[in-house]
Amino acid sequence: MRKLLSYLAAIAVILVVWELAALMVHSPVLPTPLATFPMLVRYAGALAPDFLISLYRVVIAMALGTVLAMPLGLAVGRSPRLDTLLAPLLYILYPIPKIVFLPVLLVLLGLADAPKIVLIAITIFFQVLVTVRDAAKAVPEASVLSVRSLGASRLDVFTNVVVPASLPELFTALRISSGTAVAILFFAEAIAGSTGLGYFIVDAWGAIDYPRMFAGIISMGLLGVALYEVFDLVEHRLTRWRSSVRR
Amino acid sequence: MPMLSYKDVFLTYRGTAVSVKALSHFSLDIDPGEPVAIIGPSGCGKSTALLLAAGLLQPTDGEVSIAASKVTKPRFETALILQDFGLLPWKTVYDNAALGLRVRKFKRSEIRQRTEKALQQAELADFARLYPAELSGGMRQRLALARALALDVNLLLMDEPLSALDALLREQLQDLLLQLWRTSAYAQVLVTHSIEEAVFLGRRIIIMSQRPGRVAHIVDNPGMGSTDFRGEAAFYTKCQEVRAVLTAQSLKGAGVAGADVATGANADAGVSRA
Ligand SMILES: Nc1ncnc2c1ncn2[C@@H]1O[C@H](COP(=O)(O)OP(=O)(O)OP(=O)(O)O)[C@@H](O)[C@H]1O
Ligand SMILES: [Mg+2]
Repeated sequence: MRKLLSYLAAIAVILVVWELAALMVHSPVLPTPLATFPMLVRYAGALAPDFLISLYRVVIAMALGTVLAMPLGLAVGRSPRLDTLLAPLLYILYPIPKIVFLPVLLVLLGLADAPKIVLIAITIFFQVLVTVRDAAKAVPEASVLSVRSLGASRLDVFTNVVVPASLPELFTALRISSGTAVAILFFAEAIAGSTGLGYFIVDAWGAIDYPRMFAGIISMGLLGVALYEVFDLVEHRLTRWRSSVRR
Repeated sequence: MPMLSYKDVFLTYRGTAVSVKALSHFSLDIDPGEPVAIIGPSGCGKSTALLLAAGLLQPTDGEVSIAASKVTKPRFETALILQDFGLLPWKTVYDNAALGLRVRKFKRSEIRQRTEKALQQAELADFARLYPAELSGGMRQRLALARALALDVNLLLMDEPLSALDALLREQLQDLLLQLWRTSAYAQVLVTHSIEEAVFLGRRIIIMSQRPGRVAHIVDNPGMGSTDFRGEAAFYTKCQEVRAVLTAQSLKGAGVAGADVATGANADAGVSRA
C-alpha cells in the first residue's frame, strides 16, 4: 500500500516536471502530458502490432542470452580451471559494446527479427555470464562444504547451493540490463527493417508527425518500465528469505 | 574396533605459491559412542582433521578410516557441523533440517517424521517456517544440530560450534549437546578453543601441537557425562590440568623450553615455498 502510494507520487512528480519542460521548450517535438495521452489513445491501434513485435524480440533475446549464459557462468564460477581458461577472454570481450556489430549482423542475418534478437542476446549473454560467474564464485565455502558433508552430489550442490545463491544476482543483472536491451532494440529497429517501435518512431519522425512520434516514444518507455518491473518482481519473489534482513 | 581412526596422517595444502603442512604424524583412535574434545593452538590443523574424517579432504599420507574402512568420500552416517553452521539462508528452518535426508533420497514420509522429531529435539518445532536470518545465534546453532540429528548418525563432527555464542547461551547449548549425546549412541568429536567446554564435553581431551599438528597429549576425563559436572571440584581441577598442559605446549611452540630441536618444529616449519 505504502509502495503504491510512493509509486503514484513518483508518477505525479514526473508528470509535473514533464509539463513544465514542455511549456518551457514550447515546441511540437515535446508535447505536454495532457496532449500526449489522447495521442496514445488515438494511435493505440497503430502502435499495438509494433509494440508486440518489439516486446517479442526483447523477451526472446533476453531469454536466449540468459539460458545460454547461466549454465556457463555457473560452471566457470565453480571451476577454477575453466575460469583461468576463460577469464582473459571474458575480460576482453565483455567491455566491447556489442552494438557495433549491428552492421555485420544485418548483412549476415537480413533485416527481420534475427539480427535484433541476436544482438540483444549477445549483450545479455555477457552481462549474465559475468554476473553469474562472480556470484557462483562468491558462494560461501562453508555452505558448499556442509552440504557436501551430507553426502550431496555435485548436482545437489548446484541445485541447493550455487543456483539459489546466484539467482538474486542474475535477476539484478537482468533488471539493470533491460534498459540496455530496449536501447539496442530501438537502435536496431530504427536502422533496419520496417517493424517494431523503433521503426514506428523514426518513421513518424521522418514524416514530421510529432504527435505520432511521441506516442511511439512513450510506448517504448513503457516497454522498458514493464520489463524492469517484471524482473524486480521476480527478484523479490525469489529472495523472500532476504527480506527479513533488508529491513 | 575404533569408530574413527587416524593412522600417521599427513596433510599438506598445496597452493600455487606456498604449500602448508597442516598435519604430520597425526594418529588418533576414537571408540564407538565416545565423545572427545580436540583443543590446540590456532592454525594447528584441527579443522583439517575434521574435514578428513568427513571425507571432504584426502590425506597426503597415512590413512583415515571409519569402522575399519578407509574414508574416501562423505559417508551417510557422519555429520559435520561447521563454525558458521553452514546453514542455507534461502531455505526455511524446516528445509535446512531436512536437507541431509533429501540429499540421501529418503522417502517423503520418513523425511517428514525425522525432520519434525529433530526440530523438536533442538527445540525449534515452532519455528519451522522461518528463514535462518530470522533466527537468533543460538537458534541457528540448534538448527545446524537438528540437521545432523535428523540423519541418525553414529559420528558427529563439530568445529567450534558454539564459539559465536555468548557465555550463558553457550552453557545451555553445551547442556543440550551433552543430553543429546547421552540419549543417542554417536561418537562425537568436538573442536573447541574453550578449556571448560572441552572438559565438559570430552571423555578424552586431545591436545594438539603447534602446526604441523599432531596429538601432543591426551587428558583422560572419566568424570564427564552429567550436567552437574560443571559445578564440581573435579571439573575445576580437570580444567586446571588441561590449562597446564596447554601452557607447557605453547611455551614449547614459542621455543622457550628449548624444545625446538626435540620436536624439529619452529614457527615456520610447516610452510615451504613450492
Ligand atoms: N584450504 C587451505 N589452503 C591452504 N592452507 C590451508 C587451507 N586450510 C587451512 N590451511 C592452513 O592449514 C593450517 C591448519 O588449518 P586449520 O584450519 O586446520 O587450523 P585450525 O586448527 O582449525 O585453526 P583455528 O583454530 O584457527 O580454526 C593453517 O595454517 C591454515 O592456514
Ligand atoms: Mg578451525
